[in-house]
Amino acid sequence: MFLINCPFCGEREQSEFKAGGEAHIMRPKQPTELSDDEWAEYLFMRKNIKGIQFERWNHVHGCRKWFNMVRDTSNDQIKAVYKMGEKPPLK
Amino acid sequence: MKNKYSIFSLIKNAFSYHENWEKAWKDPEPKREYDAIIIGGGGHGLATAYYLAKKHNMKNIAVVEKGWIGGGNTGRNTTIIRSNYLWDASAGLYDHALKIWEGLSQELNYNVMFSQRGVMNLAHNLQDVRDLKRRTHANRLNGIDAVYLNTEEVKKFCPIINTSQNIRYPVLGGTLQRRAGTARHDAVAWGYARGADEMGVNIIQNCEVKGVKRSGDTVEGIETTKGFIKTKKIGVVAAGHSSVIANMAGLKLPLESKPLQALVSEPVKPIIDTVVMSNAVHAYVSQSDKGELVIGAGTDDYISYSQKGSHDIVEGTLNAILELYPIFSRMRMLRQWGGIVDICPDASPIISKTSIKGLYFNCGWGTGGFKATPGSGDLFAHTIANDEPHKLNAAFNINRFVSGDLVDEHGAAAVAH
Repeated sequence: MFLINCPFCGEREQSEFKAGGEAHIMRPKQPTELSDDEWAEYLFMRKNIKGIQFERWNHVHGCRKWFNMVRDTSNDQIKAVYKMGEKPPLK
Repeated sequence: MKNKYSIFSLIKNAFSYHENWEKAWKDPEPKREYDAIIIGGGGHGLATAYYLAKKHNMKNIAVVEKGWIGGGNTGRNTTIIRSNYLWDASAGLYDHALKIWEGLSQELNYNVMFSQRGVMNLAHNLQDVRDLKRRTHANRLNGIDAVYLNTEEVKKFCPIINTSQNIRYPVLGGTLQRRAGTARHDAVAWGYARGADEMGVNIIQNCEVKGVKRSGDTVEGIETTKGFIKTKKIGVVAAGHSSVIANMAGLKLPLESKPLQALVSEPVKPIIDTVVMSNAVHAYVSQSDKGELVIGAGTDDYISYSQKGSHDIVEGTLNAILELYPIFSRMRMLRQWGGIVDICPDASPIISKTSIKGLYFNCGWGTGGFKATPGSGDLFAHTIANDEPHKLNAAFNINRFVSGDLVDEHGAAAVAH
């Protein structure tokens, strides 16, 4: 359990939020052209990183807006929060 | 040859104050090369090594474990064993395991305290009733014992359940698998370790894998904190850390690792002699031989390797427990912990070859891997030894995420995670 600084509402408890998994997975531009392998990659395969991970969150019991987060999954420390469409602040 | 455990060895050792028991397994330094290496010294990994040595005559093998054996999810689960899964593939897999459980203590000469006390799954709404009845029929067609109970029969089987129809989620019925039950989780790891060690398997603890070396599409060995170890076959049984090993080998898996919590109460006299699980309200409870209530909570929905879960998850589970068992309202909880579980999109495991020659994965067991420990080890050993899956784990290959032939067991995961 930790606190999350929602870019729209400010600091709230994590239980108000829904985790949306790995961020920056691009929706295929030409879905009809995709092979089965590429579909599997897009739909199912995940980096599932232990360490610094870029991920999506939704403030589901608040403003209900989506945003991005950089978090260390080995200790749950949040490194940065940024809005959808913005460039990730860390590499 | 190890001394056989028996009442006579117990009496003999009593005379020396139990100070001269032979070590159950050695603590060797790694050799330079093995025919196969198992990464992960939990129940599944040790079982894999045991069956590789026993059934496939591979003796020059090692199990490498970054901590101590059985210190991960093997020692953190709620010890429930059952096989009442919906689909044919899952029924085959889990019932294979259950059949091995039934003779495991004798086979290992190690008491794993397998207790077939029955597992009951409750229904709290009409859809639950329909789903559980369907699952009961599917189980029976697959030769798995299952019966559907109405509310009175549920109450009769476990009298402390609150079957009042005036609670928020009343008990409308349930299923019962009488062959299901619990086992002592640590004993499973220790029993397999002892058995594997006796056949010459090296169990190497405090040895963390740092890299997987490959040349082209073939594995060559692993980099560890105890140096490089050469091998042609690597079986990864790293549970929540499977993706970490996969990333080292340049593979991606369809897994997400999340904390799953459990807790135990202070010990009390026998009050519940079965296992009761409830999907809709997310509560499951049994009682250990020490008298503690063993309660399983849910997963957090974010990826984490921290082995710590959120308090609100525990709170939600205890709310449900108290509504179903008002008698527990004054009990105090003794310990709470988390383990990292690797969850597949279809809630079924992966026991499979990969695109890299000599690299095999046994992962994705998610929230319910303990019950499958012996079967998983047996089938994974078969897959590694023959470089081909056994017919019972053929459906659980990685390629199902490409072909779309998923084994969707979200319903039979018994509690919604």
